[in-house]
Amino acid sequence: MTTLAKQLVREWFGGLGRGTLLCRDILASIFTTKPVWRDFVYQIYFIGVKSQSVVVITGAFTGMVLCAQTYIQFHRVKMDSATLAVVSISMGSELGPVLTGLMVAGRVGAAIAAEIGTMRVTEQIDALRTLAAHPVDYLIVPRFLAMLLAMPLLAAESIAIGIGAAYLVVAFLFDVNPANAWHQMLRHTDDIDMLTGMIKTFIFGAIIAVVSCYKGLSCPQGAEGVGHATTEAVVYSSIAILITNFFLTMLLNTLLR
Amino acid sequence: MMIEVRNLQKSFGPLRVLDGVTFSIAKGQAVAIIGASGGGKSILLKHLIGLITPDAGQINVEGQDITGMEERQLLQVRRKFGMLFQGAALFDSLNVEDNVGFMFRREGKTDPAEISRRVADVLDIVGLAGTQKKMPAELSGGMRKRVGLARAVVYRPQILLYDEPTTGLDPIAADSIDQLINFVVEKFHVTSIAVTHDMRSVRRISHRILMLHQGRIYADQTPEEMFQSTDPVIHRFVNGISDPVGTRALL
Repeated sequence: MTTLAKQLVREWFGGLGRGTLLCRDILASIFTTKPVWRDFVYQIYFIGVKSQSVVVITGAFTGMVLCAQTYIQFHRVKMDSATLAVVSISMGSELGPVLTGLMVAGRVGAAIAAEIGTMRVTEQIDALRTLAAHPVDYLIVPRFLAMLLAMPLLAAESIAIGIGAAYLVVAFLFDVNPANAWHQMLRHTDDIDMLTGMIKTFIFGAIIAVVSCYKGLSCPQGAEGVGHATTEAVVYSSIAILITNFFLTMLLNTLLR
Repeated sequence: MMIEVRNLQKSFGPLRVLDGVTFSIAKGQAVAIIGASGGGKSILLKHLIGLITPDAGQINVEGQDITGMEERQLLQVRRKFGMLFQGAALFDSLNVEDNVGFMFRREGKTDPAEISRRVADVLDIVGLAGTQKKMPAELSGGMRKRVGLARAVVYRPQILLYDEPTTGLDPIAADSIDQLINFVVEKFHVTSIAVTHDMRSVRRISHRILMLHQGRIYADQTPEEMFQSTDPVIHRFVNGISDPVGTRALL
């Protein structure tokens, strides 16, 4: 038992160390080698454009259900007009970034880990290296940069759609003056709430890219190995997002307010 | 010497795969490395191009020690090499033309028309003219190996490495790959190192055979010497005779 625990701890720290070295290689590559714009644009399309439907549906229904729950609770204490304000702040600073992060980790993180993992087990990564191409330059950096750019935009879209959907719920399903609710929302929502959310999405994007690429690059041999790498990419990205979110909330509220 | 390997050692966990491998290969030689499946032949080949870092020992490529090099330094050394992988390792997402012309397109220094011309020339050499727009999934095993060979030679490397070039191919396809390898070696005057356990192929493509046995170079002979050897280990391997004691125990 003790041996197993020691082995798990050693593997965990080993993985953390290798992940850190990958981050170093990514940063070094960004600042020292010429990016391949064609790959970057394709990744923007794959990560940003093709994630639209998932992010829009998640944002819309999260905004709607949050609005319904808030209205039901606030109606009892005659605070109906604050419903949209609660939705706006929650979506902007917490739910929008976190749910977008989780959805992108599931859709894109899994795809990245599976693609790179398959390349590894079929020796395509070795072939890249024999053709004098560094895997970090060719495979990782375009995905990393595309993720940094796409995540804030996807989260902003999710937040906007969530607030819009909540407005429709307020306007058509509940007995609230929509103009007043909108006015209250604008009054109570700070720029800082939205800035907090955007900073978080940027960091979540980096987490998904690094974890998924790392899991792909360190994929064990065989189809089972690719399956493990894909699952671990999604699970570790999601857990890292949820844990980081708490610390970012504390840190950004201290720094920005 | 083109390649010098001294006391190379590599272990994976408790399993010692290479246990002091030493040999050297002169410029222009065609060498085959043979040995039992799982005996470390492919691992040894990948060490030569810096894809795997040894636990101990030294590898010199044209007098340059590559064992302590960083990955980015190794990228420069690898320009001297071309490698044909066991499964060809073509990039799934790129068509044949982009696979073969990968390095040219990536570096962006060569005119696209010139890249297309050079890719067409080399595809013609491997007998696959007109397949530029095909995707790897549309090719048979033999065709994939030919494309892999085209990709390995298009940059005119000084050293060509082949990892099991005929494994998984029917005898006729295997023969055509062997002929291609000989043609490429003669046409481009390269040093050629093939890892294989296909003894018919070994006889056709090599001037010299290194036999890897129990993590060391057990024999370093010409094909004629090896095929006439009376050493029991070499004789059994070359003629495909299993160890009678081991087989009886297994049965």
